[in-house]
Amino acid sequence: MKLKKIVLGSALLLSAAVSSISVQAADKVRFVTEGAWAPFNFIDSAGMAQGFDVDIARALCSRMEADCEILVQDWDGLIPGLKVRKFDAIIASMSITEDRLKVVDFTNKYYSGGLRFMGRVGEKLDLSDLDGKTIGAQRSTLGAQYLEDNFTGKADLKFYDNQDNVYLDLLSGRLDIVLSDELPTYNWLKTAEGASKFEFKGNSFMKNDEIGIAVRKGDTKLKEKLNKALDELIADGTYQKINARYFPFSIY
Amino acid sequence: MDFSVVVEYFPRLLSGAWVSLQLVFLSVVLGGAFALPIALARISPVAWIRAIPFTYIFFFRGTPLLVQIFLVYYGASQFDAVRESIFWPILKEPFWCAIIAFTLNTSAYTAEIFRGAIQAIPEGEVEACKVVGMSKAQMYRRVLLPRAFGIVLPAYGNEIILMLKGSALASTITILDLTGMARTIIARTYTPIEIFLAAGGIYLAISIVVIALFRQIELRQNRYLGTLSIKVPDKG
Repeated sequence: MKLKKIVLGSALLLSAAVSSISVQAADKVRFVTEGAWAPFNFIDSAGMAQGFDVDIARALCSRMEADCEILVQDWDGLIPGLKVRKFDAIIASMSITEDRLKVVDFTNKYYSGGLRFMGRVGEKLDLSDLDGKTIGAQRSTLGAQYLEDNFTGKADLKFYDNQDNVYLDLLSGRLDIVLSDELPTYNWLKTAEGASKFEFKGNSFMKNDEIGIAVRKGDTKLKEKLNKALDELIADGTYQKINARYFPFSIY
Repeated sequence: MDFSVVVEYFPRLLSGAWVSLQLVFLSVVLGGAFALPIALARISPVAWIRAIPFTYIFFFRGTPLLVQIFLVYYGASQFDAVRESIFWPILKEPFWCAIIAFTLNTSAYTAEIFRGAIQAIPEGEVEACKVVGMSKAQMYRRVLLPRAFGIVLPAYGNEIILMLKGSALASTITILDLTGMARTIIARTYTPIEIFLAAGGIYLAISIVVIALFRQIELRQNRYLGTLSIKVPDKG
């Protein structure tokens, strides 16, 4: 086991050294993701960041022939960390919103989202009247803001540090309903935990939700490079291949 | 830096601070109440009675408060037996989960502080009690506990301030305490520096009140020590 780790480790080091020689002219781009938003970004059993976002980041890197690093950071700290140059680009399924555009710039969308409620199987819910229900969402997401704007003072709102804790409290029965992006929920409802016990409630909304890569305000150079690489990935079919790994339909 | 957000959201920060105060007050009072019997058991001459509080204190001092909160909040709720028990209405609420975790944690620390204080009382005073024929209960009630109270004060004030800062972890289980409120505001305004500075200022203000309060109680409780130190240099 230990030997395997050492061999693997040195192989990684070697390949890192080789790749840094081959692209020595390119700039280093430090991507960051959250690692708690399966299947878009999550930490696998080996402790590595994986998922759709991460695959896209890797594909973009090889397109731009840039030397890349993929870092992981809590959701709350993504934008503050970007502002103080801890990393250069956030690829963490972040929706392009007006509020965020005040503090960061976004590339073109790399997929589209939408919000959708989820609750216990068989429970009838009138989504226009959720008074007295306990609704959960991840803090500082579109879902959380939607709840704050529409249900403050009516329903009992609970905000979590990450989506995994939202699922935990739904399973424990502390939450009646969860509002979240439709695609991660779609994925969770296929897992052993979520399937058969929970289901979507109502249709998805805010379908105009576009997900982009955030860069520092005024970092037009990186933004243009990312946009160009993104266009190329879509044109040559790489994007579609990555898409198919996670969803049987197009999420662009 | 844009401090207009601080002005705008200050009432919400204060409402968060109120929740923090409730958390600290309740857990310190409950923890203090539990700590006394734990401390007394801890200095018991009987080995197996000593072992129980020793294990308890060992666990709660040796593991992070965050882990303890998660164990109470997310851990306990995994079990159907817990969810179907009569305790679920309490364990369902994040506020009470935080109170439980904080109380258990602070009672372990406080018990150690109490134990140290009781053992710090000079042997001569204990012997004097025995000589005048006090029973064990009388000795504790009349001499040892009041003496220990005076000795315990500085360390106990410290523990309350640690608890105040520890209460920020309540924000990880959806409680909108001062830290939780600050994080929720930042989620909207993206001004972490301004809002966290304001929240830090409020924590400092609360700490100052706690420190001043304990200074007053200390001065009052340990007044006799003050007179002693004035009299001594008189001699020469």
